[in-house]
Amino acid sequence: MISRRKVLLGGAAAAGTLVVGYALWPSGRIGRGDRLAAKPGERFLAYWIKIADDDIVTVVIPHCDMGTGIFTALLQMAAEELGAHWDKTRAETAPPDPLFANGALVEGFALGQAGMTRDSVPAFLQGSVFAAGNRLAQFMDIQVTGGSSAVRTTGVYGVRIAAAAAREMLIAAAADRLKAPLKTFYTESSQVIHRPSGQSFRFGELAAAAARYNPSSHPALKPRSDYTLVGRTIPRIDIPAKVNGATQYGIDVQVPGMQYAAIKISPIFGGKLISVNEASIAGNRGIKKVIKLDDAVMVVADRFWRAQRAADMLDSVFSDAGNAAVSSAGIRERHLEALNQQPIKHEFSVGAGAKALQNQASLERMYQVPYLAHAAMEPVNATALYQADGTLEVWAGSQDGLGSRAFCAKTAKLHLDQVTFHLMPSGGAFGRRLPGLWNFLAYAVQAAMALPGIPVKLIFTREQDLRHDYYRPNVTSRFKAALNADGTPAAWVNEYTTDDGSNAEAHIVYDVPNQAYGAVKVVTPVPVGPWRSVEFSWHGFFVESFIDELAHEAKRDPLEYRRALLKHKPRHLAALELAADKAGWGAAPVSAAAPLAPRRARGIAMVECFGTIVVQVAEVEVSDDGALKVHRITCAVDCGMAVNPDGFKAQIEGAIVFGLSAALYGEITLDHGAVEQQNFPNYPLVRLADCPAIEVHIIESDAPLGGGGEPGTPPVAPAITNAIFAATGIRIRELPVSKRSLKKGA
Amino acid sequence: MELNVNGHPRQVDVEADAPLLWVIRDELNLTGTKFGCGVGACGACTVHVNGKPMRSCVLPVSAVVDAKITTIEGIGAEVLSAVQAAWILHQVPQCGYCQSGVIMAVSALLAGNPAPTEDELGTLVSNICRCGTYTRMRAAVSALAAKASPAAGVRT
Repeated sequence: MISRRKVLLGGAAAAGTLVVGYALWPSGRIGRGDRLAAKPGERFLAYWIKIADDDIVTVVIPHCDMGTGIFTALLQMAAEELGAHWDKTRAETAPPDPLFANGALVEGFALGQAGMTRDSVPAFLQGSVFAAGNRLAQFMDIQVTGGSSAVRTTGVYGVRIAAAAAREMLIAAAADRLKAPLKTFYTESSQVIHRPSGQSFRFGELAAAAARYNPSSHPALKPRSDYTLVGRTIPRIDIPAKVNGATQYGIDVQVPGMQYAAIKISPIFGGKLISVNEASIAGNRGIKKVIKLDDAVMVVADRFWRAQRAADMLDSVFSDAGNAAVSSAGIRERHLEALNQQPIKHEFSVGAGAKALQNQASLERMYQVPYLAHAAMEPVNATALYQADGTLEVWAGSQDGLGSRAFCAKTAKLHLDQVTFHLMPSGGAFGRRLPGLWNFLAYAVQAAMALPGIPVKLIFTREQDLRHDYYRPNVTSRFKAALNADGTPAAWVNEYTTDDGSNAEAHIVYDVPNQAYGAVKVVTPVPVGPWRSVEFSWHGFFVESFIDELAHEAKRDPLEYRRALLKHKPRHLAALELAADKAGWGAAPVSAAAPLAPRRARGIAMVECFGTIVVQVAEVEVSDDGALKVHRITCAVDCGMAVNPDGFKAQIEGAIVFGLSAALYGEITLDHGAVEQQNFPNYPLVRLADCPAIEVHIIESDAPLGGGGEPGTPPVAPAITNAIFAATGIRIRELPVSKRSLKKGA
Repeated sequence: MELNVNGHPRQVDVEADAPLLWVIRDELNLTGTKFGCGVGACGACTVHVNGKPMRSCVLPVSAVVDAKITTIEGIGAEVLSAVQAAWILHQVPQCGYCQSGVIMAVSALLAGNPAPTEDELGTLVSNICRCGTYTRMRAAVSALAAKASPAAGVRT
């Protein structure tokens, strides 16, 4: 059985279940779709595709907008297959209803696990109209945006299939009108055209008749060579409303009679609320209620700043749950102990595995990464209205609308159909709003239930957001290698700590004949969760640091060394060459016009994740007193094909800055069981002044489409630390870089 | 007390030390100005006070009773401002949450210095964008600077 976590995060463990056949609605469901999500004059032709009398094609997208541009890309894919005119297309967020559960996401995941594509599914399995993928998605309430999956699963397995099916239905309706063969028709510019006569019909005039046909689950798809919209840069449809303050995020929801809640959660993880002295805020204006929960206290007031001030002033006592001694130093020790003292089973090996280490000179290195917060710019929040008759309405930004609705129902002990969920655009997410990370929904629902009939908007202050996140885990990783005479690795053994299970993300793409991997679990009271690029965010740093160390140990150029280990990987080689070439690898680090700086150098790193290969070259300069300047990041990306090249580049650029903040100074630390960081002044993020020049070069290949949101993040840190080594001889094995003095002679 | 917001007088019944940000958002329902940190560190709440960029989350409302306050809703209400148009042309926003504040900070900067250097831009626009849209902000400002002063557009 596929676990929900694995589907959501696109983890790489074998699923064991093959799910086939895209979930197109049987005709009975179309009517329900129309009732739920069609306006007058519109009707659904296939899953997710509505066509209105005025020719407007609307794609109903089972994702959230968190800024990655997927609504535009998915609309491009639909318009392409339909032959719709771009100006006559619209995108809508799908209702959080099981009818719009994302079966394509599950199908894409399952096929990927089986090493198959949609086209390689045997014909006898293809006919399923109401497919298992959709059943699973409904069963698990899945409408997730995550795993860099929207285009490569929802788009590839869902939207373009539905759009192609709708095109065939429109053509069937036109063929019936003219009593002419189907193959004499084509679509273009939102019209069905009869090739021999040139006679044409608008989509709008055929839509009602077309809706009476059954959508095919395997319509003919356009070959890439015929694409006119996909692969083209088109301005993002969500941007105009984001330059004038018009976009309404969850935090902007206004409901008549609304009150505001501020929260104080036990600062020590696992702590319980012992007592509250309400007299401490007795004189405060506008206070409506103090709500005591198991592990938190909320103050509800008529305005947010009044609620927030009262929550800050409120005397409250929490237990320490036995975690008062938990500290970063202690957790670090436990990770090292686990690696050094516990038996580690190698769950995956290649060739002779760890046995190949014996009797050979070996290099051993240990690396570490800290906890990190998501710190999206919109602090987590949710607005909820509970009625005494047992209905609940919730407004929030989330990475899974349907899952959130089910979660709120469960929290309130209601049935799904008693809960309405309004999925709002998110002011950033990066994993923070994925299933399992929904403390803000749980608290908002509890606040609403304490005040039946009154809408309550709960906003986490930045301090609560930063101190009650689900953090990118702290991980320690140890490598051992045996080297051949030419310096290439004969054996590669990697053992690392984990909060969960073993990570296929640790496995290398380099050609090393003997490999072994083992994980050791370390449990701490610190809540952890997926953070942009998830496991790759740490294994990318570990692997690309160690391979760089091996290259230097072998006294070989890091680029040439990697090249030698990728002889049979032409896509990886091409990306490596392109990034190196564009960065001027091997040339003097500065232009002839500028004086040559002695501590200026480049570093390279390559990570393949979410179906995309990314190579980055960082150019850094370190002053004698240790100040680090990242001048430039040059990036080559092979994602098969970018549906919207400029939108894709923007994602890579953003992911690089995200990785840069983590590499340079990102660190959540604990003392006395609580997070020490309070707000941006002590959780610094990269700003304009610190942002290097970033260049992104896209490689078109015939490979399947790869993800765009996350793959840019993992290579940043190792590219920078490898560059720092090249510039200074200082090898950074523990992030962030700011922990280490880079002073000359240090 | 009375405030002047986007050219209109507005009556509000709030404490003198209420933060301007929340008065704008919760009393006046102008939600384009965003809450990011509450300590004046991220710039999401940037508005103009008499044309100067100010972080409204740490500004008590009593300090601005005699001032002209402009929010993101007050610029480009009819026709997009040049900065907003450049933001679309260069496809700057991703999630968009920080961009109201960034656009207000950039607009104030360019009003006094139409062709800032990269260093000036970095020093005077210190807003946090977690999506990392900085390279596009730079490109958009550089294009605006080139338009304002053709010779200065390539200053670095």
